[in-house]
Amino acid sequence: MSTTTNPGAIDAVDAGAASLLRFATAGSVDDGKSTLVGRLLHDSKSVLADQLEAVERASLGRGQDTPDLALLTDGLRAEREQGITIDVAYRYFATPRRRFILADTPGHVQYTRNMVTGASTAELAVVLVDARNGVVEQTRRHAAVAALLRVPHVVLAVNKMDLVDYAEPVFAAIAEEFTTYAASLGVPEITAIPISALAGDNVVAPSAHMDWYGGPTVLEHLETVSVVADPSDDPGRFPVQYVIRPQTAEHPDYRGYAGQIASGVLRVGDAVTVLPSGRTSTIEAIDALGRSVDAAWAPQSVTVRLADDLDISRGDLIAPTATAPAVSQDIEATICHVADRPLKVGDRVLLKHATRTVKAIVKDIPSRLTLDDLSPHPEPGELVANDIGRILVRTAEPLPLDAYADSRRTGSFLLIDPADGTTLTAGMAGHAFTQAAAGAVRADDGADGAGDEGWDF
Amino acid sequence: MTTVTAVTESAGDADNPYALSHLDALESEAVHIFREVAGEFERPVILFSGGKDSILMLHLALKAFAPAAVPFSLLHVDTGHNFPEVLDYRDRTVERHGLRLHVASVQDFIDRGELRERPDGTRNPLQTVPLLDAIDKGRFDAVFGGGRRDEEKARAKERVFSLRDEFGGWDPRRQRPELWQLYNGKHSPGEHVRVFPLSNWTELDVWQYIAREKIELPAIYYAHEREVFGRGGMWLAPGEWGGPKDGESLQTRRVRYRTVGDMSCTGAVDSDADTIGAVIAEIAASRLTERGATRADDKLSEAAMEDRKREGYF
Repeated sequence: MSTTTNPGAIDAVDAGAASLLRFATAGSVDDGKSTLVGRLLHDSKSVLADQLEAVERASLGRGQDTPDLALLTDGLRAEREQGITIDVAYRYFATPRRRFILADTPGHVQYTRNMVTGASTAELAVVLVDARNGVVEQTRRHAAVAALLRVPHVVLAVNKMDLVDYAEPVFAAIAEEFTTYAASLGVPEITAIPISALAGDNVVAPSAHMDWYGGPTVLEHLETVSVVADPSDDPGRFPVQYVIRPQTAEHPDYRGYAGQIASGVLRVGDAVTVLPSGRTSTIEAIDALGRSVDAAWAPQSVTVRLADDLDISRGDLIAPTATAPAVSQDIEATICHVADRPLKVGDRVLLKHATRTVKAIVKDIPSRLTLDDLSPHPEPGELVANDIGRILVRTAEPLPLDAYADSRRTGSFLLIDPADGTTLTAGMAGHAFTQAAAGAVRADDGADGAGDEGWDF
Repeated sequence: MTTVTAVTESAGDADNPYALSHLDALESEAVHIFREVAGEFERPVILFSGGKDSILMLHLALKAFAPAAVPFSLLHVDTGHNFPEVLDYRDRTVERHGLRLHVASVQDFIDRGELRERPDGTRNPLQTVPLLDAIDKGRFDAVFGGGRRDEEKARAKERVFSLRDEFGGWDPRRQRPELWQLYNGKHSPGEHVRVFPLSNWTELDVWQYIAREKIELPAIYYAHEREVFGRGGMWLAPGEWGGPKDGESLQTRRVRYRTVGDMSCTGAVDSDADTIGAVIAEIAASRLTERGATRADDKLSEAAMEDRKREGYF
C-alpha cells in the first residue's frame, strides 16, 4: 500500500504555471490510434501501476503475451468485446511543461460527428495514417474536418514506419501529399512526424531507426507548440451568462454581468455596445473571480460592471463599440449534422448561439459536401447524420454572429430539436474553407467571410 | 520535418502575457459551467458529501456568483457509514455559507425495508435509489456531481452535461455530442441533467488548486494516527458497518485518505504527509490511481462503474 517514487513523475508542487493543451486524435480503425494514445500515456509515465496491471490481466486473458496498450483507452464493455471505440473519450496526462486534455475520437466513417465534436474544442489535431497505405479517403476526410473546424495546428503522424523499413522516401511522399492537400483547405500549420506507435519510435522518445528525421517527437511537439494567439488582435466579445444582483445590505446596488470572455480583451474604460439592443455604456469595473482587474481576456470567466444602469440579461452580448458585430436574422453556415433524424428544409428548430437560444427555421439546404474530395452536391433536400452541408437559417430574433473563421466561439451554434432537446446540428457561420479552397467548394455564394464588414446578406 | 510554417521552439507559451496557467483555465471553465446551469435550469442542486471534490465544487460555485449567494441548494446521499470528521465538516460548511442541505439517507431506506444490506457490508452501490428518490421529490432538474473523467474508464466517456432518463439511467450511446462550449441542457419533463464541472480536472489539479486557494479540508485527508485493519489490500477503518471480522486485527498506523466515501469501501494509505505540499508531492510520485489505491467498489468487476452509471449512479 505504500507509495513508491516514480522517477518520471513531474515536480507537481511547482507545477502551477504549466499551460493546458487540448488536442484531438483522428485515424482509421486500423491505423494504430489506440496504440499511439496508449504509448503517449504509457511513455509519459501517465499510466499508473493499477491501470497497467488491469491491461496486463486483460491482455493475458486474450492470449496476448505483451500488454496491449490499446486496451488502456477502451472504456466500455461493448468496446472491449468488439475491439472498437464508440464515442469520444477524454484522456489526461501531464509532463513538467504542460497538462494535456486529449479528445480521443473514433476514425470510422460513420463517426464524422465524433471527430467534429473532438475537434471543436481542440487547438491541435493529430491525424494518423498507416505508412503502408499512405493518404487514403479517410485521411482526406480527417484533414477536411480539421480545416472545417479551424483547428489551428495539425500533426500528421505517419505510423507503422517499422513495417516499411523506416524508409524516408515513403514518409516524404506521404507528408508531401498530405501537406499539399491540407494547406489547400487552409490548415495554417502542418507538422509531419514519422512514428511507430507499437515500437515507440518518435512518440515520446526519439527513434534510433530514423536518423534522417531531425524534427521533434510527437510529445515534444505537443509540449512546445504555441497555442495562445494574441487576444488583443481579436475583437472583444462578452456573452452575458447570468446577472449577479446580491440585493443585500452590503451590496444594495451591485449589478454585475457574469460570463466568460469569448474573444479579445476587455478593459476598464472601454466604450461598449450591448447587442441586440444597441444600447451603449462604459466598462466601470471587471471582477476576475475575486480580484478587481483593469483588463481581462479570453477565455477568462469574469463579472463586468457598467457605468449605466441598462436593461441587460442572459443572452445579450457586450462588445467594444468600435468592433461590435452586426446583427442579423439570416444565417448562412456550414454544418455537420449530428443527429439520427434528418434535417429538412422547413424544419422549425431552436438555435443556440453563445448564451442565447432562439427559435429558427431552416430556409434552405443549398448543398451537401462530400468530404473525401470536397465535391458539392446541390439541393440534397435533407442532411442525415454525419453529413456536412451548407444551410440557410432564419432566426426569430436578430443575433450578433461572427464568421466562424474569425471566432470559433461566437461563430459557432447548435440547432436543437424543440420537441425533446436533441442536439441536431453543429453550425459554423460564414464560409466553410478559406478562399483558396473555396474554388473547390462552390457552395459559398456572396457572404463576405472576412468579418470586417460583418454580415451582408 | 515537413512544416508549412516554422514552429517556434517556445516553451509552450510560457512567455506569453496572455497565457493562462492550467489551473486558471480549468477554474474559468468550471465557473462557466456553473453559470450556464444557473441561467438555464429551474432547480439545480449540488451533490455535497464533504469530500474534497464536492468541497472544490462548492468553492468554485461561491466564486462564480460572488458577491451574491450561490443560487443552488446542496444534497448529500448519506450511506450511514460516513466518517464523523467529514459529516462535521459538511455541517459547518453549510452553516458558514448559509446554504440549504437536503440529506437522502440510505439507512432510512434500509429501515423501511426498501433496500437490503449487501453481504459484503458496502453501501456505495445502495446510494442510487435514495439519490433518484431525492431528485424526484426535490424536482431537481440539474444535479452537479464532482466526478472527473480521469477517475475511471467509464467516466472518460462521460459528458459535462449528462442527460439522464426518468429512471436516472445513463446510456453512453445516447449522450449528446459536446460541441465547443455550447452545452445543451434541454430535456423532457421527468428527465434531468447531471453536470460535472470538474470533468477535465485530474487528482493532481484538484490538490494543486486546493493548495493555491488555501481551501480547508477535513483532517482525514492529511496524515494522522488511526486504528485500521487490512482487507483486500486496503487499510479500512473499524466501524459498525462490519469490520474488523474474525481474523482481521486492528493496528495503529499513520495514514491519510486520498478519497473519502463510504467507510466500508474507502481505504487509507500509509503516509507521513501532514501538509498539503507533502500530499501533492506524494500524489505526484504515486504509482497508483486514487480509485485503484483506495476504492474497493470499483474493483467489483471490470465494468463495475459502467454498470452502476447505467442504473443511475454518478
